[in-house]
Amino acid sequence: MAELSYRDAVAYGIAQEMRRDPRLVMLGEDIAAAGGVFKTTVGLLEEFGPDRVRDTPISEQAILGAAMGAAMTGVPVIAEIMFSDFLAVCFDILANEMAKTRYMTGGQVNIPVVVRTANGGGSRFGAQHSQSVENWAMMIPGLKVVAPSSPADVIGLMAASVRDPDPVVFFEHKSLMAGKAEIPNGEIVDELGKAKILRAGTDCTIAALAYMVPRALQAAEQLADQGISAEVIDVRSLVPLDTRAILSSVTKTSRFYTVEENPRLCGWGAEIASIVADEAFWDLDGPVVRVTTPHVPLPAAESLEDMAIPSVDRIVETVTKTIG
Amino acid sequence: MTAEQFDSRLLDYAQREPRMPSGEDRSNDDLDIALDERKEMYEQLQVLRQFEKRAYDLFLQNLVKGTSHLSLGMEAIATGFGQAMRPDDYSFATYRGHAHTLARGADLGPVLAELLGRENGILKGKGGSMHLTSVEHGMMGSYAIIGAHLTIANGTAWAAQMRGTDQVTVCFFGDGTTNIGAFHEALNFAVIWDLPVIFVCENNLYMEYTPIDLITAVDNPAADRAPAYGLERILIDGNDADEVYETARRVISRARAGGGPSLVEALTYREQGHSRADPGKYRPPQEVAAWKEHDPIPLYHQRLLRLGVSESELSQITQDVARRVDDATEFAKSGANPGEEHLLSDVWADGGSAWRN
Repeated sequence: MAELSYRDAVAYGIAQEMRRDPRLVMLGEDIAAAGGVFKTTVGLLEEFGPDRVRDTPISEQAILGAAMGAAMTGVPVIAEIMFSDFLAVCFDILANEMAKTRYMTGGQVNIPVVVRTANGGGSRFGAQHSQSVENWAMMIPGLKVVAPSSPADVIGLMAASVRDPDPVVFFEHKSLMAGKAEIPNGEIVDELGKAKILRAGTDCTIAALAYMVPRALQAAEQLADQGISAEVIDVRSLVPLDTRAILSSVTKTSRFYTVEENPRLCGWGAEIASIVADEAFWDLDGPVVRVTTPHVPLPAAESLEDMAIPSVDRIVETVTKTIG
Repeated sequence: MTAEQFDSRLLDYAQREPRMPSGEDRSNDDLDIALDERKEMYEQLQVLRQFEKRAYDLFLQNLVKGTSHLSLGMEAIATGFGQAMRPDDYSFATYRGHAHTLARGADLGPVLAELLGRENGILKGKGGSMHLTSVEHGMMGSYAIIGAHLTIANGTAWAAQMRGTDQVTVCFFGDGTTNIGAFHEALNFAVIWDLPVIFVCENNLYMEYTPIDLITAVDNPAADRAPAYGLERILIDGNDADEVYETARRVISRARAGGGPSLVEALTYREQGHSRADPGKYRPPQEVAAWKEHDPIPLYHQRLLRLGVSESELSQITQDVARRVDDATEFAKSGANPGEEHLLSDVWADGGSAWRN
C-alpha cells in the first residue's frame, strides 16, 4: 500500500497501461514537456518518450480526430482535452464521429480512444472552465462515460477504459486532484459499469458522482448523528450504468436521492430517477429527490459558486426535510 | 441601400459571370502513363459514371430513400487518385463518397444495396449513402459533417507513421470545407507532425447552392491557402484523369518517402445539383454547358482514340461495365430490408448496444 494523490494517480494509471501495451500513445495540449496544466501527466514524457507522449497545438478537433483515426487502425490512444468545457469545440468529433462510426459502418471499425478531461467546479474559474458536463457525454449513444472519485478508482478505471475497445470519456475532477488515499500494490484494474457502495445504510440511498461523493459521505455522517442511516453509492460509471446496484439499494432503503454537480435539466440523476420510478416504484416510501446545481451558468465568485454546487449542508437539509 | 437600389442579380447567381473550364491540356497525352493503366482508368471512369447514373435512376423509382450526393462530372479525381494508391493506403471521403468507395475496389452490388437501405448493403443498411466505408479496401469512411474527416485522416496517417509502414492517407473534400475551422486545424496539425497525408479539394465551384468565390477570401480556396501552411500551391484540372493521376503519383510518393503532407486543389464541376433535392438552377446556363463540354469521360475517350485505342475496344469496356452495373442493381434489389436484430447491434465492439445491467 502506498499513498497517492488523485492527481498523481492519473499519471500512475496511464503509465501502468503504457508499460503494458507498447502501442498505447497519448496526445494533448501541454501534456508532454509541461506535464499537463493540472500536472496529471508528469513524468510520462520522460519515461515513454516524445513519440508516445505528444504535445499538440490548441486544436481540439485535430486532437480528437487524430486519436480517432489512429484508433481505427488499431492503435489505442489517450487524448486529453484540457478542460471539459472545451469538449464543446470538438463535440462533432466526439458525438458525431467517434460515437457513431462503428454503428454506421455496420461494425467495420472499433475506436479504442480514451478522452481524458478535467471536469467540474470549486476552483472559482467561472462558467467556461468549471462545468460538470458528464451529462453531455452520457446522452450520446456510442460513448462510455466514467468519473472516478478516488485515486484507486482513477487508476483502476483508467486501466479499464484503456483496455476497452470503445470510446470512453474519462472525467477527472479538478477539485479532487489534491486528495490523497492509499492504493493497493501491484497492477490495479477495475471494471466499467460497476457502482460502489461506499457506506451501507438502511433509511435512504444517496447516489453521487466524482466531487459529490465525498460530500455525500460527509452528509451521511451528519445524518447518522440525527438518526438517519444513509447508504452512499458512488455511481462511478454513467455508461454502462450499474442499475442493479442502485435498484437493489433502493429496494432495501425505500428512499432515493441523487447528488449531482451538473446543472438541473437532464442531469445524469434524472435518468437514474426515471429508472428508479419505473422499476422500483412499489419499493419507494417517498418521492425521488435530486440535489443539483441550479440551472444557471456557474458563477465565478466564491460565495456564488459555493451556493450553486450542492453542499454537505444542502444534502443533509434536503434529506431531513423530505424523509418524513 | 433602398429596395430600389438593390440589384436582384446579386442574389440570382445564375446571372453572374460564368466561370469556364480551363480547356483541355492536350500535352497530357504525352504523360508517361502506360496504355494499360489508361485503359483501367477509362474503365474506372465508366464504372463511376454508370453507377451514379443508375443511382439517380433508382431515386426516380423511389428505391433509393433519403438524400444522395452524386459525383457525376467529378469522376476523374477518384479515378486518378484510386489508380495511384496502394491497396494498403487509406482514403477518406465526404458524404459525396460513392465514387471514392468504388475507386478503392469495393464491389458495386453492396454499395448500391446500401443506397437502397438493404441488409446486403456494405454497411448493412445502417449508414446509407453518406457514410460508405470499406475498411477492407482501405476506404476508412465517408463523413457527413463538413471538415471532421480531415482531422481523422491525420490519425490514420499518424498511425502509419508510428508503424513505419509507409502507407499514405488521401482525404477528399469539397471547396466548401476550406472555410470551416477543422480544415485549418487539420492542415496545421499535418504539417507540424509531418504526416503522410494528402488533402484533395474537389473544387466544383459551388458550396452547396452558393458560388464558392462569393464566400471565400481567396480565388482558389485550397491552393491559395497552401502557402500559409508552408505547402506547395497545387492547382490542377480535376476533369483530366491523367493530370490527376500524374499529380497523385507525385504527391503520394513524396508522402511515402517521408516528405510530409500535400494539399491539392482539383477544379471540377457537378453535372447536377448538390443533392437529390437540388436542380442546380443557381448556375449560369453557359457555364453548365461549357463544363459539359469539358466532361471527364468524353475527354478521356478522345485521348485514348488519339493514342490508338480502337472505338470498338472502348465500346466493349463500356458495355462490360453496363453489365456489371445491371448485376449490381439486381443484387441490390434482391436484398431484404434489415431486420430488428440490426437495430440494436454494433454500437459497441462486443456487437451489442447495452448501456445498463
